[in-house]
Amino acid sequence: MLAYALRRTLLGLITVALVSAMIFFAVEALPGDACTAVLQRDAHGQRLENCRREMGLDRPATARYLDWVGGAIRGDLGASAGSGKAITELVGARLANTLLLAGLSMAVGVPLALLLGVVTALARDRAPDLVLSTVAILAMTIPEFVTATLLIFTFSVWLGWVPGIVLASADAPISTLFPTIWLPVAVLTMVMTAHILRTVRSSMIDVMEGDFVQMARLKGVPAWRVVWRHALPSALLPAINVVALTVAWLLGGVVVVEKVFNYPGLGRFMVDSITERDLPVVQGLALVVASAYVGVNLAADLLALLLDPRLRTARLRA
Amino acid sequence: MTVPLIDIAGLEVGFTSRDGVTLPILRGVDLRLEPGETLGLVGESGSGKSTLALAALGHLRQGLRVLAGQVRFRGQDVFALPPHRLSALRGGSLALIPQNAGQALTPTMRIGAQVAEALRLHATCAPADIPGRVVQLLARVRLPTPEAIARRFPHELSGGQQQRVAIAMALAGEPAALLLDEPTTGLDVTTQAHILELLRALAAESGTTMLYVSHDLGAVARVCDRIAVMYAGEVVQEGPATHLLRTPRHPYARALLAAIPRIAEARIPAALEGRPPMPGATGPGCAFAPRCTLAAPVCQTHRPAPAATEDGTVRCHRASETAQPLPEAQPLAATAPGEAVLSVQDLAVSYASPGPLAQLVGRPAGGVAQVADIRLEVHAGETLALVGESGSGKSSILKAIAGLLPPAAGRISLPSGPLAAAVDHRRPDEVRRIQLVFQNPDESLNPHHTIADILAQPLRLYHRLAGPALRARAAALLEEVRLGAHHLDRLPAQLSGGEKQRVAIARALAAEPALLLCDEPTSALDVSVQAAVLALLARLRRERGIAILFVAHDLAVVRAIADRVAVLYQGRLCEIGPAEAVYRRAAHPYTEALLGAVLEPEPGWQPRLLGHDMVERGPPARGCPFQNRCHRHLGPVCNEQAPPAHELPGGHVVRCHIPPA
Repeated sequence: MLAYALRRTLLGLITVALVSAMIFFAVEALPGDACTAVLQRDAHGQRLENCRREMGLDRPATARYLDWVGGAIRGDLGASAGSGKAITELVGARLANTLLLAGLSMAVGVPLALLLGVVTALARDRAPDLVLSTVAILAMTIPEFVTATLLIFTFSVWLGWVPGIVLASADAPISTLFPTIWLPVAVLTMVMTAHILRTVRSSMIDVMEGDFVQMARLKGVPAWRVVWRHALPSALLPAINVVALTVAWLLGGVVVVEKVFNYPGLGRFMVDSITERDLPVVQGLALVVASAYVGVNLAADLLALLLDPRLRTARLRA
Repeated sequence: MTVPLIDIAGLEVGFTSRDGVTLPILRGVDLRLEPGETLGLVGESGSGKSTLALAALGHLRQGLRVLAGQVRFRGQDVFALPPHRLSALRGGSLALIPQNAGQALTPTMRIGAQVAEALRLHATCAPADIPGRVVQLLARVRLPTPEAIARRFPHELSGGQQQRVAIAMALAGEPAALLLDEPTTGLDVTTQAHILELLRALAAESGTTMLYVSHDLGAVARVCDRIAVMYAGEVVQEGPATHLLRTPRHPYARALLAAIPRIAEARIPAALEGRPPMPGATGPGCAFAPRCTLAAPVCQTHRPAPAATEDGTVRCHRASETAQPLPEAQPLAATAPGEAVLSVQDLAVSYASPGPLAQLVGRPAGGVAQVADIRLEVHAGETLALVGESGSGKSSILKAIAGLLPPAAGRISLPSGPLAAAVDHRRPDEVRRIQLVFQNPDESLNPHHTIADILAQPLRLYHRLAGPALRARAAALLEEVRLGAHHLDRLPAQLSGGEKQRVAIARALAAEPALLLCDEPTSALDVSVQAAVLALLARLRRERGIAILFVAHDLAVVRAIADRVAVLYQGRLCEIGPAEAVYRRAAHPYTEALLGAVLEPEPGWQPRLLGHDMVERGPPARGCPFQNRCHRHLGPVCNEQAPPAHELPGGHVVRCHIPPA
């Protein structure tokens, strides 16, 4: 068990290492570099050379890659080409904002999705299921910006309950962000709840038809306990992967939602940095997002291992 | 007159089809169980026996409902009970022992927790006593180290152990009656025999009433006092086990008994033609009339009522005329074996895959090979059967021969020369010579291809047929397996299980093979259908001189069809020789244990339980493969040295330290 966890962690680290190389050399392969981006029209002759010398761009790519990776391990992603500020700081503030948004959405969405998934599965093809499943499909198919616009229209323009957009800067404290965050959380919750609900519903339906659920019933186990103790642990397994994908999606920056609400998160920062051709920032951001993806999926695998004793033995033997 | 424990009266259960027609699954079932009685409910798939057993628990599968009649437990109608009373009854006074305990135990809960749950729900013991009671129950079903078992998860137990846990769980509420739904189906013969002995002992100890549902008349004969035979949702005959097995009165019960292969003689049992009616397709007459050899005009027009006989009931217009001997089984015609068509030398198979590092440096996997030292030859026109329990490596050997599983060592050769390990590297003509028939035709036939498409593939591939010639050949193949050409344009789903298996055999024949590899070809089929498939295989062997390598776990089936038998344990050959010699006097202790565990549908049949009922995870590293279970273990020599091969007359080889007498 522990050995398996360690091995998976090691594999995760190898993945991150490979991804870091791909990011670095992909950015390297782009025409131009940080200096041409900063200097723009002046990027020629002595000024370009000076700039390159200053930023260390005249050294071989592999050496710069090793430097970058070494820095990343120490928590230093270098400096932004545009503002000259430390990338770690720039990313850190926005990462915190994104984590706040993602965390709140998950805290609301995941329990809600599990509950509704079970409810729809138990009421399969009856009124509660039909209503909830239809709503879920709507929530999945309507683009986020439409939902977002509708919510802004209803709750801030019409009812005036909450502000429609976030006017806080990236490094604003949580207390400033809090009152403005509810609409983006609502939009994200709707989408992710719909996805997770559909998965939980179908896996719960499968499990409820299984022999062991019928056996539990015929053993005289009360209905709620059949669901909670016998069926749910098995039904959650497929849901874990969907939750992981959703979390990764939330962390990777939900660009559209952030843009609509003017929320200072990772996604918007990434888009802005690309527009400004701030390559060191783009590079650093990509690494952070990729690591988050790997980390979340690793967590999901380990969680599945905890939930399913069969997996535990099988993996141990393998 | 006392109130019976379970009283099923005029029970009709059915469902409403999509076009709004009500189709019955159970039709007018009357059964009574007095306290302490054991009743066996037998019938083939679709006869409604499981539906009936679950109805006794007040449970119906989704879509089914009670159309008429009722089920009373101690005088109470179970379908009229409010939910909490029903929950208290289920697992309390009326407990179910399910089919396939491996899937009926919740995979995410420890064994102890599942037994404890049953105790909390139904037993009157103090919460503090529950852990101790769990261990007691597990010990009562004779599980070794009950404390350790309680801490395990279901998947960590063997099939037999899982079934014992299910029994312990059923016993938790000290039930007055047990419902057993095929409790030993899917278990190995020796395990099955041990479980049945346990059930008999439990019934004798505590006088528990049992309703035992099974398709296996041998198992039912061992446990039950009375037997009810079901056909198309009706009980067609019911009576004391001894009489019913010896002198069945209903033509279906007679045909069913006649279709069961017996271990005593090499005979192909008499098959039952036709197939049971679909629900709602029974017409006004007797449901069995279309398949009945005794059917008279009255059978087509009037449904017979259950008539009392001296000791039971029978539903037949012609019951008085059936008191004659059962249809005779056909002796297996001996054929002179021809030349060897396949030779296997020192075959070994290992499932352990080397780790990534070992693969890089090309080091082979460590550990003990799952299959080792297999030496055998198959001759034209003979059937060689590989028998053994699950894990004996019999299917692995078949896969290795077919080129689907690369062997770790050894040589597989045709008369034309040695074969490549992987089927991709074999020449088309070599592939053509060896064809496979799988266990489950539902999975081996592509559901989206018509029968014509399925047969066309090998014909095109190996014989370059096309157009009308192709279709004519496909039709001829169907005729050869006794299916009409009208099946050509059907899909597998439109065929019954037996018909599908015939198509699978026809597909194998299309290649014109020299050797047919049959992997448990009848174990997914009902007995009456099995008899027909066995007869077909025996005929092909005789008429076409095909060699058959037949893998099976059912020793009676092997007895019916095999000329020679190879007994395998943990991937090692224990004994190989002429079927007659092996069955008459088993020379190897494992063969002896296997044959002793066979249950024949004979009244008073006593199995001989030899050796230990345990499951080994893998073969031992040294010595005899059977050392841990052997009842004739000699001492250190069996654990240390590989047993020598003793050669007996007729090519009979026994690998055992005890010299055969």
